[in-house]
Amino acid sequence: MAPPANRRSGYSRRAQYSIFFSYAAGVVGALLGVILLAVSFFQPSLFDTVRTWAADLVAPAGQATASARNSSRDSFQVIAGFFKAGSEHAKLERELAEAKVRLVRAQAVDVENRRLKGLLGLSTQEPRPVATAMLTSSTAASTRRLATLSAGRDKGVENGMPVRSAMGLVGRVLNVGLGTSRVLLITDTESLVPVRRARDGVPAFAQGAGDGTLRIKLISLGLNPLHRNDVLVTSGSGGLYRPGTPVAIVTQLTRDGAIARVLANPSDTDYVIVEDRFAPPPPTPSEPPPEVK
Amino acid sequence: MNLFGWLPRNALARQRINRAPSPLLARGVPWVTVMLGSLIPSLMLIASGPVLPPFGFLIFISWRQLRPGLLPMWAGLPLGLFDDLYSGQPFGSAVLLFSAATIALDMIEARLPWRNFFTEWLVAIGLIIVYIAAGVLLANIQGGATPLRVIVPQIVISILAYPLVGRFVAKSDRFRLLPFAEIR
Repeated sequence: MAPPANRRSGYSRRAQYSIFFSYAAGVVGALLGVILLAVSFFQPSLFDTVRTWAADLVAPAGQATASARNSSRDSFQVIAGFFKAGSEHAKLERELAEAKVRLVRAQAVDVENRRLKGLLGLSTQEPRPVATAMLTSSTAASTRRLATLSAGRDKGVENGMPVRSAMGLVGRVLNVGLGTSRVLLITDTESLVPVRRARDGVPAFAQGAGDGTLRIKLISLGLNPLHRNDVLVTSGSGGLYRPGTPVAIVTQLTRDGAIARVLANPSDTDYVIVEDRFAPPPPTPSEPPPEVK
Repeated sequence: MNLFGWLPRNALARQRINRAPSPLLARGVPWVTVMLGSLIPSLMLIASGPVLPPFGFLIFISWRQLRPGLLPMWAGLPLGLFDDLYSGQPFGSAVLLFSAATIALDMIEARLPWRNFFTEWLVAIGLIIVYIAAGVLLANIQGGATPLRVIVPQIVISILAYPLVGRFVAKSDRFRLLPFAEIR
C-alpha cells in the first residue's frame, strides 16, 4: 500500500506546521517515557498504588478467566482419566494397600510425638491461613514474574505475607490493593528464598532464573553435596517464610549448586493460601532505641 | 467478514444505503483493541516464564502499518501508560518504546513508500526484537537479573504471531467502518 498522498507538505504553511507538531508530540511522548522510567528507577514504589488500582479495576475479568482456566483444566483431566481408567485403578488399589499400612505406622508415630512434645511442653498448633484466594492474572509477556491475587486489604492480606498452594511455596505479597494484591512469584529473578534440603538440612538460597526454574546457591562452598531429585524446603531463616514449606526439586547439577524445578507450578494451581508472616517485622529504625543505664 | 451472518443478505445491502460509519467506532476501535491487547497476556494464563507475545505492542504497530496516521504520533503516550499498568515492566518502559516505535515506523515509511507483506513483516520483526530485548534490559536495570536467552522463545512466538495479529487488525478495521449510523 502506498502512503497517503498528503504526507508531502509542499508550500502550505499550515500542513508544514501540523506535520512538525505531530513529530514533536511523538518525541515529547518518548521523552516523557524516559522521565517516567527515571522516576521508577529511583522510586520503584511510587507507581505501586496506581498499579493496584488498575488491578482492582480488572479484577472481575480476572476472576472470570481464572474460573474458566480451572474448569477447562479439570475437563482435560476428566477426558485423560477416561482413557487410562483400568491401569489407574489397579495402581491406586496397590497404593491404597501400602498406604493403609503406612497410616497405622504414622498413627503410632503421631501418638508418640504428642507424648514427647507434651513432655517438652511444646505447642503443636498450625497457624491459621490469612486468606484463600485465586491467582487471577500474571505478567506473561514480561520477564518479571508478578501475579495478581484475588484477595487484598479486605481479607486482611498484608505486605510480605508468603503465598503457597497445596503443592508448595508460590511467592510472597509485594503490595496490597483493596480487593487484589500483587504477588512476587519465587521464579522472579529478584526473589530469594532461604531453603534447606528436606533430608538433612543442607542450607542454600533459591533464586529465580526468570524462565520457570530456580537457581540453587549453596551457602557453604566446597564439594557440591546436592543430587538430582533432592527436595528443598524453606528453612525459615530471615523470618518471612515458615520453615518446612516445599519449594523445589533439583533437576540438574551445576558447578556451585543446582537448577531446580518449582514444585507449585503457578499455572497448575487454582487456589492459593496466604499465610501470616513467620516472624513479626523488625522494628522501624526511625525510633531511637531506649537508653540503657 | 459478515458480522451479521444471521441477517438475510439483502438486509445488510439495504442498510448500507443512506448510512455512514459511526464516528465513535471509526475513531475508537484502534484504541480499544490496543488496550485489550495489553490486557490479554496477563489474563490468559499464570505463566512461570515470559511466553506470550506483547499483544498490545503488536496490535499497535499493526495499526500504524495498516493505517498510518489513524493513531496520532502521540498515541504511544496514553497507550503505553495503559500497557505499563498491567505489564509488570518498570513504569514508563512501554511509553518510551511505543513512542520510539511510532517515530521509527514513520521514518521507515517515508523512505520505503512501496512495500508488501514481507517488507512489513520484516520491519515488524526488527521492532519486535528491539522491543522485547529493550524490555529485558530496562527490567534488569530496575532489579531483575534475567539472562537474554530466556526471551528467545517469546521473540519467536511474537514474530510468528504477528501476521495473525495483522489479520485481526484488518478485521477490526472493516468492523470500524461498518455503516451503522443513519444519515439524517
